[in-house]
Parts: sequence; C-alpha cells; structure tokens
Amino acid sequence: MLRLQSVSKRFENGYLALDGIDLAVQPGEILGIVGGSGCGKSTLLRLISGLTAPTQGGVWCGDIPVRAPRPEIGLVFQEPRLMPWLTIAENAEFGLGSLPKAERRKRALGALRRVGLDRFADALPRELSGGMAQRAAIARALVARPSVLLLDEPFSALDALTRTDLQNHLLDIWSDDRPTMVLVTHDIDEALFLSDRVVVMRAHPGAIHAEHTVDLPRPRFRTSPEFQRWKVSLLAELQAAMDVATAA
Amino acid sequence: MLAAERALASVVSDAGAQQGSAAGSWPKPRLGGLLGWIVPVAVAAIWESAAALGLISGRLLPPPTVIATTIWSLAASGELTLHMRATIERLALGFAFGVAAATVLGALTGYSTVGRRLLDPTVQALRNIPSIAWVPLFILWFGIFEMSKVTLIAVGAFFPVYLGLSSAIRDVDRKLVEVGRIYNFSPAAMIGRILLPAALPAYVVGLRSGLGLAWMFVVAAEMMGASEGLGFLLVDGQMTGRPAIIIASIVLFAALGKITDTALVRAGARVLSWQDSFKPQG
Repeated sequence: MLRLQSVSKRFENGYLALDGIDLAVQPGEILGIVGGSGCGKSTLLRLISGLTAPTQGGVWCGDIPVRAPRPEIGLVFQEPRLMPWLTIAENAEFGLGSLPKAERRKRALGALRRVGLDRFADALPRELSGGMAQRAAIARALVARPSVLLLDEPFSALDALTRTDLQNHLLDIWSDDRPTMVLVTHDIDEALFLSDRVVVMRAHPGAIHAEHTVDLPRPRFRTSPEFQRWKVSLLAELQAAMDVATAA
Repeated sequence: MLAAERALASVVSDAGAQQGSAAGSWPKPRLGGLLGWIVPVAVAAIWESAAALGLISGRLLPPPTVIATTIWSLAASGELTLHMRATIERLALGFAFGVAAATVLGALTGYSTVGRRLLDPTVQALRNIPSIAWVPLFILWFGIFEMSKVTLIAVGAFFPVYLGLSSAIRDVDRKLVEVGRIYNFSPAAMIGRILLPAALPAYVVGLRSGLGLAWMFVVAAEMMGASEGLGFLLVDGQMTGRPAIIIASIVLFAALGKITDTALVRAGARVLSWQDSFKPQG
C-alpha cells in the first residue's frame, strides 16, 4: 500500500534528518513507529503525507508517487488544529471541498458519530476538552474516507484515561473499514497496543534500527504477561537505539 | 475492564466540556454600561458650575448649557443635518475606499512573499509621509471639491488597516496553514478559509485605528476648504468668533466618533464570538 524507497531528508541547514529509509506498509496494516525525540519519526510521517518532499528516494501510495498531499492519505497531527472560528461539524467537513453542502454536513455528522461527538456538532472548539478536540480532528481526517491514515503522536498531549479511550476508539474505527495506519509515537505501550508491526528508529541521522511483527492476539491487554514481555524487550531495544545515536 | 475504562474516560471528558461552556455564561454586572458616563457628566457639572461662579470666562469657554443650546438651534435650523451628512458621507466614502484597497493589498503582501518583497517597501515608505503633506497635490490633481477630500480620508484609513492585516496574515499559526496544505487548498481557499478568518481579530483592530484616522482626516480636509461639514463649522466658528460653535463641533465629533467606533466593535464582537478571550471587547 505504502512504499518508501531509500528515502533521505536533509534540511536546508544541512542536517541529515533521515538516511536511507526503506519501508513497506501492507493494506490494512497498523504500523507503529517508535523512537526517541529527534530521531526523525515525525519528519518521516510528513514525507509520507506529502507535506515535505524527500531529498532523495521516493514515496509511493499504491502505484502513485506521493509528491504533494493526497486525498486518500489522511493525517492527524499531535495537536487538534481545529479552526477556532468554525463549529465542530464545520471543522469535520473542512477538507470536503466540492461536495454539495447537505452532503458535506451529512458526512461530517457521520464521522463525528464514529468518534462519539455527534452531540457536539454545533459546539465551538473552545468548548471542548483536549480529548474531545482530538477526536474531532480524527473525524476531520476520516471524513475524506482515506485509505491511509497517518497519526503523528496523536494522543501524546492527553491524560492517561483519555488516551486509552481514544486508542480503543481508533481500533474500533480501524476494524470497521481497515484503513492502512501509520502511527508515530514515543509511547511503547501505545505502539504495542495498536500495531501489527513496530519499527524502532534511531537518531543522528534518523534511520530504522529494528523492526518487529507484534504477534500478540487482539484484543490485547496491557496487563497480560506477554504484553509486558514485549514491552521490556522493546524498551531495551529503544534504549540501545538511543545509545547508538549518542555514540555516533 | 476496557469498557469500564472507556466509560470513565468519556464521563471525564464530557464533564470537562460542560465546565468550559458554563464559564462563558456568568452573569454580567448590570450597571457596567453606566460607568462610562460618570467622568463626562462630572466634567460637565464642574465646568458648568465654574462658569456660573464666574471662575472661567463664559465668552471664551461657554458652559455646557450654552453648547447644548447651540447644538439645538443648529438642529432646529436644519444646518446640523446638512453638516453632519456632508461629513459622514465623506468619511464613509473615504473609509470604504481606503479599507478596500488596504484589504486587497494587505492580503496580497501577507500571503505572497514575492508580493511582500515587491510592494511592502514602497507602502512602508509612503506610510512615513505625513498624510497632510498630500493635500496640496490632491487639490492640484482632484480640485478642491469632494474628490480630493475623499482621497485624503482614504489614504488616512489605508495604512493601519493594511499594516494590521498584512502582519496578522503573516503571523497566522503555521499549524493551521498546514491543515489547508494537507487538503491541497488553492491560494484563494487558503486566504479565504484559513488566513483571513484567523487574521480577523487583528483586522478589526486595524479597522478601528483606520476609522480613527479617517475622522482625523475628514476634519483636516474640511478645514482646508469646504462650504459644509463639521470641519467647516469649526473654521466658521473661528472666523466669526463664536467659541460655542467650535466646541459644539468638537462635541459632535467626539459623539459621532464614539458611536461609529462602538458600532465597529459590536460588529467585530459578533464575527469574533468564537474567540476564547480573557475579556470580551466592548
């Protein structure tokens, strides 16, 4: 579904943020990308979304090279980024350009229902809590019915309860129509709970350090011994990746 | 266990949202609107009694009652309507032209880097010319009638609106702009759906400054040569040695300026009701 071929990104100041990334994501797969801060995981997601162009290599969505943002690739940012002057429903339909007004509204309400916000369709962003605002942002990404959903640390600013709630919501959405998802996170728990496969990155320059298929059956339980074992080994690996980066 | 977690989380988040909306509907103090009258009324009372006691010369500084009578007789003779209409028409036309030009240019230089590098230095240089300096040229070009006056007012209103809008657009949160980029917005959609609404609060402030300058320049324009208008009334009062007429015009300027500014603030508050402000305007 998604393919990255020897993708490198050098910023204008000369800093090499990503070096030779090869990655393939299967249709309907949830890929988790974990790494310490500054390892380029957010940059990687921006490259996949088409917001930023790679310095070398290429990104493909199916057979189409990604050179600019595409409607079939949705992106959820770390912050909700709702337009404060629009209602929640108007925010949800923000990316639906050419459709008739009634159809836009209908699809926006549908997406809001899926994230449990239909009661707040006519509220303003300032009236929402952080978790609800982020759900609205997810609804905005879902409205365009993307086949790929990119999530950039989407729950990192939320409290633990709300985070768990939204992770479950995300899995519900995924089991309904199985979009391909790429989730960038620094939260090992989150990566293990959601992902079919986890990529561990290292920094300076950003590169793939290791890759694991998470064979835990779903639904997963954070307290199960298997989950904990995965967590311990992944944490050790993340630590090793960060040590490599420091040594380099 | 998961179901319980989710139920709890949604209760928590809903409670947070209700708190947020409840904070917006606190009862407002009733007498707040009257507070603003205290100072002008007190000044008028002191002024009136000082004149009555002979502490100030009523001939050079007529007391408020004389000013009020002067305004009343102007109104009765129909002169007041004539002068006010002339002034307001000039102001409205000049302000409209100035704001229209400032909005187009401000949006252009705010949005496009090339546009800004091309035009902004020139605009900034022009801004540093005291606008009154244009008067002789405008009179030569457009004659002494309406055209030169309206142009001067438009020039006065232009700069604060231009400056406010252009810099506000450049200051719009990059994160919101990226949302537009994700949806492949055209430049027009980017300006219309993200940049202008986000810049609106600063734009309203610019409009208020622009309106204030428009009032300033309408007086300047009318003092330089007009046969009607409140500015003409000022000069007329000076020529004929009637301070009551001068002060009456000044009071009318204050009242009209305040009314138009309040109207602008109200209109602004309506379109900016989405703001999560510390204290609402007005």
